[in-house]
Amino acid sequence: MVVRGGLVLAAALLGLVPGTAPAQRSEWSGEVALEARRFPQPPLNPLQHGDNLSAAVRPQYYREWDGGRRSFRLELLGRVDQGDDERTHADVRELSWTWVSRDWEVTAGIGRVFWGVTESLHLVDIVNQTDLVENPDGEDKLGQPLLRLALIRDWGTLEAFVLPGFRERSFPGPEGRLWPALPLAPAVYESPRRRSHVDGALRWSHSTGIWDLGLSVFRGTSREPRLVIATDPFGRPRAIVPVYDIIDQAGVDVQATLEDWLWKLEWIRRRGQGPDFTALAAGFEYTFYGVLETAADVGLVAEYLYDSRDDAFQAPFQDDVFVGLRLTLNDVQSTELLAGVIADRRSGERFYSVEASRRVGESWTVSLEGRWFSGGEPGSLLHALRNDDYLQLELAWHF
Amino acid sequence: MPRLAWLLIPILLLPSPSRAETPEEKGLAIAVEADRRDSGWGDMQAELEMILRNRNGDESRRQLRSRSLEVKGDGDKTLIIFDAPPDVKGTAFLSHTHATRPDDQWLYLPALKRVKRISSANKSGPFMGSEFAYEDIASQEVEKYRYKYLRDEVLDGRPVFVIERYPRYRNSGYTRQVAWIDQETYRPEKVEFYDRKNALLKTLTYHDYRQYLGRYWRAHRMEMVNHQTGKSTTLLWKKIRFRTGLTDRDFDRNALKRAR
Repeated sequence: MVVRGGLVLAAALLGLVPGTAPAQRSEWSGEVALEARRFPQPPLNPLQHGDNLSAAVRPQYYREWDGGRRSFRLELLGRVDQGDDERTHADVRELSWTWVSRDWEVTAGIGRVFWGVTESLHLVDIVNQTDLVENPDGEDKLGQPLLRLALIRDWGTLEAFVLPGFRERSFPGPEGRLWPALPLAPAVYESPRRRSHVDGALRWSHSTGIWDLGLSVFRGTSREPRLVIATDPFGRPRAIVPVYDIIDQAGVDVQATLEDWLWKLEWIRRRGQGPDFTALAAGFEYTFYGVLETAADVGLVAEYLYDSRDDAFQAPFQDDVFVGLRLTLNDVQSTELLAGVIADRRSGERFYSVEASRRVGESWTVSLEGRWFSGGEPGSLLHALRNDDYLQLELAWHF
Repeated sequence: MPRLAWLLIPILLLPSPSRAETPEEKGLAIAVEADRRDSGWGDMQAELEMILRNRNGDESRRQLRSRSLEVKGDGDKTLIIFDAPPDVKGTAFLSHTHATRPDDQWLYLPALKRVKRISSANKSGPFMGSEFAYEDIASQEVEKYRYKYLRDEVLDGRPVFVIERYPRYRNSGYTRQVAWIDQETYRPEKVEFYDRKNALLKTLTYHDYRQYLGRYWRAHRMEMVNHQTGKSTTLLWKKIRFRTGLTDRDFDRNALKRAR
């Protein structure tokens, strides 16, 4: 069991907790979840597991003082996995203090930050490392040690981030699924300071009328590693080496909200990881409210994905189209469904995804998730995952 | 010709203030007066509980906290924080309502730490699976409706105005609403909602009114009954506090992200 997260930093920051201030509000909450995954196809490598059970606990604590002007947040994750030792892990998702004044905010500790607007891909979002063992969709993030200063003015919010302490991306182990059955070699860093290189970011964001805008720059260790396949003397793949370069990245995210149309765009330019490259995700979401005289909403999402890198393993979405359907029943059980496909316009590769969830009683939720990989050409990521289609059922109890 | 002229004389001679009010003018005047009496409250915080009942009487509960800020010359700002059911705990909803243009709305999703700008076109959609639609809980600006006075009536022993109002904004689920307004306090006592086919859809009744700051009346229990589905929702208001010192800063995207 690997405990991830800057516990040393956490302990140091604990000394900052004001001990005498009267607590205005504090509360524990969280969830316990049991997950079953069914892999209908045998693994490509006999080492890899078949059907799998997994359990996770996510406790949270929140405390505020002074009417919310000072607050403390703690969010932990612990998971035990039947088939993949790398997926048995724990993480400090959040352990942070926030101070708020009229026109500034400061957050210190371990935290999570999300930037962006699009649905199929999150290009601009760069502060946190992806926790890939949690879910192959990349939306789960590891806690990041950070110091954030935000200035809030009429012209928008300007945030500066100091990011000490780098987190390596989590990958499934050799027995795990949803990743090529190759051992992960120790990471290689461009910076001699390796994990202790201090990264930084600036972001301006503003909301005015129909527009929600964000501009960001980042300098530091790339969250996305370059994946190099190490070979044996006979040229056979032996291991995957994650290489963490020092990069500069600029990002733009824009949303225009025009009644039932949401128009979205994310664009990035990255330097320092091989040749400079550009990536883009842009499209719309249109919602039919109250379809067929019911309370249900049906949303159509379409996004075009572009990546100028010529590497179908590193950058699978080079010239792809995402089409999705979002169904929200607006019932007492909050039943929701999101189904979509990302299709490569050149190779015909397809990645299908379905996510559905529903509340049961007051404190339980049941979620269904399915992903299918089809038509990948040799050398592409989808080809490496061609036998890892899965269907997942999760039962969670919330408190 | 002379007969027509004689008919016109009284109209031309009458000074305009005492000219007979049309039902539309009288309806608007009642709405303006109700709005005038309920302005100047500044900001308000409250805790809410929603009890959702289906046709069989099965109950489901929601707990929320709301913060509102009065905005002069435009719609109010509202932040709603979800406390229960526990799977949506920490979700928050921010709305900047506008008198004439569409409202601005954002949703905070705590699992992803994501603030999402959402469409405000879902006026007629149910709020948290309840019988209250988004348009029922949004701030009720005078400009959002056209009005028509119908009649005076006595409701529970008190004289009331009965007025009809027609949504002027797009995507409403209603053709019209009939509202019973208390003649002394100008607070709403009952509203009937008619669907897009002009059939009676829902009835909202207001109970347990209490007065704050010697002026502002707030109902502490609202009952919404859907006549077409047999479902109903009780909305209970608790711990209402006025003038707590909230500012615009408590209703921006940064505040939405921090809301707990």
